[in-house]
Amino acid sequence: MIQAMNISKSFNGKKVLDKITMEARDGEIFGLLGPSGAGKTTLIRVLTGQLQFEEGDAFVMGKSVKELKGKDKKQFGIMMDDFGLYDRLTCYQNLRVFADVYGVNDEDIYEVLKEVRLEGAEKKEASKLSKGMKERLRLARAFLHRPKVLFLDEPTSGLDPQTANEIHDMILKRKNDGCIIFLTTHNMHEAEKLCDRLVLLNDGHIVEEGAPQELCLRYDHQKRIQVVMKDGRTRDYSFDEKSGEEIGRIIGSGNLLTIHSKEPTLETVFMELTGRRLEV
Amino acid sequence: MNEARAVLKKQMIDTRKNKAVLIQFILFPVMTIVMTLLVKMDDMPEFFYLKLFSVMYLAMAPITSMSAIISEEKEKGTLRALMMSDVSGAAYLLGIGLYDFFCCMACTVLMSRVCGLEGDVWRDYLWIMAMGFLISIVLGSAIGVLSKNQMNATSLSVPIMCVFSFLPMIAQFNSTVEKIAKFFFTEQIYLALNREKSVKMDIEGISIVMANAILILIFFILAYRKEGLKKN
Repeated sequence: MIQAMNISKSFNGKKVLDKITMEARDGEIFGLLGPSGAGKTTLIRVLTGQLQFEEGDAFVMGKSVKELKGKDKKQFGIMMDDFGLYDRLTCYQNLRVFADVYGVNDEDIYEVLKEVRLEGAEKKEASKLSKGMKERLRLARAFLHRPKVLFLDEPTSGLDPQTANEIHDMILKRKNDGCIIFLTTHNMHEAEKLCDRLVLLNDGHIVEEGAPQELCLRYDHQKRIQVVMKDGRTRDYSFDEKSGEEIGRIIGSGNLLTIHSKEPTLETVFMELTGRRLEV
Repeated sequence: MNEARAVLKKQMIDTRKNKAVLIQFILFPVMTIVMTLLVKMDDMPEFFYLKLFSVMYLAMAPITSMSAIISEEKEKGTLRALMMSDVSGAAYLLGIGLYDFFCCMACTVLMSRVCGLEGDVWRDYLWIMAMGFLISIVLGSAIGVLSKNQMNATSLSVPIMCVFSFLPMIAQFNSTVEKIAKFFFTEQIYLALNREKSVKMDIEGISIVMANAILILIFFILAYRKEGLKKN
């Protein structure tokens, strides 16, 4: 379990985290969704013991982050933007460095390379990898020692949709293996797809929390249904008896092409709560 | 210890591909060997090039390589990744420092043997060089710790390295510089290497070298307390 209790952190007098309280449970993917500068990376740094904070406390696997020892940190897998790779070393050698630290054998290195689909590139230097391959190698490094807790900071930022999807699959596989995954993102589709629960973070404050679907339903004030007909017409209906009869008639006439309820997206929820867009 | 070994192993692989650092280790030994074998004059003192370049080597190679390695790791964020995988600052510096020391000593053994140094003189020469390397490694580490990136490290290490390596040379031609230079460990090592038929350091020389070592160690401790390795 990962817990933050009233965490506050300031840089040069400016509060970047303000009384953050959240809890990520065992076996779930917990998301931190917010625009750039919301405080997502700072919170990861606090939770991994990289950054000290002024108020509150945080616990990872039942231990205060202020008391984390070396062997506790060996239970973490961390993928952050500023955790670089050894450019002159090959993919295998990059992982070998950390395998020596963790006491992981060669077999496991090749297995994790296969898992992140870099099995053909083990002898390729990190500097010669594409951006997507570099991200996969960084993910492999985070997975290498089979950590119990994974901290992933914007794991698919700047990647093409196909590579992003591949990384999503890898993350979901880790979740199925029982890992707690703490993920930050500013991409609502990623949050919807991966997260069991999430918090919306804006300017260091938590503005809302819950499961993605639950949040969208909670802010579905208009409760509209959109019907697209075969003749190209689109109509919006409300949730009432009269609309039900109308929609029934369209279905009966055989003119129905698609029918959807129109819940807001996480982006719309975020905009409603903060007046800001997510991807800024 | 596993962590220090992992860092040392990483550095061995990396340096093979890192020409900028590799050249620091081999430049002076290669120059010494080439000059000794090819440039010979009648009235030239024994082991002239070896004694001339040894002091430059011990002041330049460890300072520039240590600061370059540490600052590059800070700049690229690999150091942060190592620290978060439970490599302590001490284990990291021990791994890099041991690697640097072994490389410098291996090259020193090679160049001194090729130049024909042997017996007690060779043994004393290696002891004095080892002492000089250790002091320079601590100084290079302090510069690396203080630097945020490689450019920063170069702009700090070059003037410091120039002072320590060239002062003994300039001191030969200028008595005022000589009075100042004698307080530097490199000058004392230069004097020890250039004694007639032996390599020995007198009490004054040992005291000055020890004082330099202590001051540089204090500088390193202050730098480490101020910046640490995690703060990049």
